[in-house]
Amino acid sequence: MGETGKPVIEVRNLDLSYADYAVMRNLNFSVNKGEIFIVMGGSGCGKSTLLKVLIGLKEPLKGEVLYDGINFWQQDEAVQQKMMRRFGVLYQGGALWSSFTLGENIALPLQLYTSLSAGQIQEVVELKLALVGLSGYAGFYPSEISGGMCKRAALARAIALDPDIIFFDEPSAGLDPLSARMLDDLILQLKDTLGATIIVVTHELASIFSVGDNAALLDTESKSMIAIGNPKNLLANSSDPRVIRFLTRGEKTSLPAGRQGEPND
Amino acid sequence: MPAKLSFNYPQTGTLRVKLSGDWQIYASIPSENEVVAELASHQDTAQIIFDTSEVGSWDSGLVSFLFRLVRDCEHKNIQVSHQGLPQGAEKLLTLALKVHTRAMPEKSARNPFLERVADKALELYASTLSVLNFLGEITVAFGRFISGKAYFRRDDFIGIVQKCGANALWLVSLISILVGIILAFIGAIQLQLFGAQIFIADIVGIAMVRVMGAVMAAIIMAGRTGASFAAELGLMQVNEEIDAFKTLGISPVEFLVMPRVLALVIMMPLLTLYADFMGIAGGFLISASVLGLNPVEYWHHTQSAVRLSNLWIGLIHGFVFGIIIAVCGCLRGLKCERSAEGIGVATTSAVVSAITSIVVATAILTFICQVLGV
Repeated sequence: MGETGKPVIEVRNLDLSYADYAVMRNLNFSVNKGEIFIVMGGSGCGKSTLLKVLIGLKEPLKGEVLYDGINFWQQDEAVQQKMMRRFGVLYQGGALWSSFTLGENIALPLQLYTSLSAGQIQEVVELKLALVGLSGYAGFYPSEISGGMCKRAALARAIALDPDIIFFDEPSAGLDPLSARMLDDLILQLKDTLGATIIVVTHELASIFSVGDNAALLDTESKSMIAIGNPKNLLANSSDPRVIRFLTRGEKTSLPAGRQGEPND
Repeated sequence: MPAKLSFNYPQTGTLRVKLSGDWQIYASIPSENEVVAELASHQDTAQIIFDTSEVGSWDSGLVSFLFRLVRDCEHKNIQVSHQGLPQGAEKLLTLALKVHTRAMPEKSARNPFLERVADKALELYASTLSVLNFLGEITVAFGRFISGKAYFRRDDFIGIVQKCGANALWLVSLISILVGIILAFIGAIQLQLFGAQIFIADIVGIAMVRVMGAVMAAIIMAGRTGASFAAELGLMQVNEEIDAFKTLGISPVEFLVMPRVLALVIMMPLLTLYADFMGIAGGFLISASVLGLNPVEYWHHTQSAVRLSNLWIGLIHGFVFGIIIAVCGCLRGLKCERSAEGIGVATTSAVVSAITSIVVATAILTFICQVLGV
């Protein structure tokens, strides 16, 4: 677990379902303030379902999700919505509102939840776009820019209200290696500059090793979390062949005794 | 050369399957049942080996034959040796069997009839609850709108009004004029028998203003605007744009559904009025030009036949249909499954449910008017 800060998110005895199937049972982990926590696992293991439960879009089968000690799923809708304003979410496909320009996408939460004037909102929009390297793109529609730029614009929207907790769903999906690396760097910068707690759902090993402070590995077969810890330490010290197989892209099922695994990041 | 099978027993309990010819998927290849029949005639067989020295060309046809055979033999506890198979075929077979043995999610067996009936009843109950819940959400959103607390973009609303109003005028004009013409012709056939063709004006006027104008405009709008609402919101659902609204604490019903319902509730009575006028104009044109009626007399008859109460009834129809089309389109869009097929299903379902509801609502309103004597 992270050395600094106290737990911002605690997940206790969480069971998840997708359609009628139970996909994950008895999840337990906590995320400390200011850390980057990776939820990793193979396709279909329930990573995105877990994310939906964490961001309040899907109720779990059972169990608790606590933010600063408050059980999210036991609150009434008004309190839940207030808690959700602390979240920024970068969806897998960006999920920018297609009928809005990039500027309007970022401005909408500011118009709703702040008392800033139109001019001030415009300044904040420009700032957020500049932070993700999209200065001058405020007037563009999502359909007029590339997939990588859409992801960055969506990140600008996600950080519009300076959230405490930012969730990333498969940030590298569909991106070329350079754009993926750029997004990883942005995640690290957000952690350093905003001090935000960041949850990243991914199976991209390069991202996992380059940004993750801690990680939980979900396993489809056993429908449970099979490892938790720093990804590099997991690779170096885990004796579980499933963990080694995942973290080495299936190239190894165990590493020599006494070795210190060094991932290629 | 055609694919062939032959069998021999090099030793007791071992069946050698000799394959010869071209084993290609587009050619006729023997069934694994021939091997199964051979096994049935020699119950003591414990192992199968292959001789493929006379196999010419091969492709997936050979691999699928071997795959089915190995799976059959697994059930019979007969060992199948991969030796003697072409190297590529052996690798493909191993790969296919590896995938086969991976743990797959369990699929439940088909439930008994009564259980399926109960499941359908529960589905219907859940779907009814979901519709009522949606209507409740729209009511709450309108409550917030009236109290000035609702948030949606004025530009979006104006755009929707334009799309479902001005942009639909050509289609509404065409269909309404044609309906007016059809009503005039049908009336003429019967009324000619009594020499009372001038009453075509009454038939066309009352029918269009009281119900036909509203129904025809509604059917056009269900196919045009209702489908468009379902597709727009469905695509937003697929692209996670709706989720993005929810996580920002913005109600999709307030931001997306309410402006659409409001736009149609405003525009449908106006379109109904327009359709009434165009339908009467269609009847007038055909009566004056083809049926030889006096235009002035026709106009006077229309004026005296169509009462203000008919107009109000037509406008109420339009108002109700506007709500139905918008609710069906938006509900199906928001409930859309996250796939390309899901958008198609949502769109179709929006149109079908809107048109069905329009017909049912027309029947109910007509009955109410009958009871009230208007």
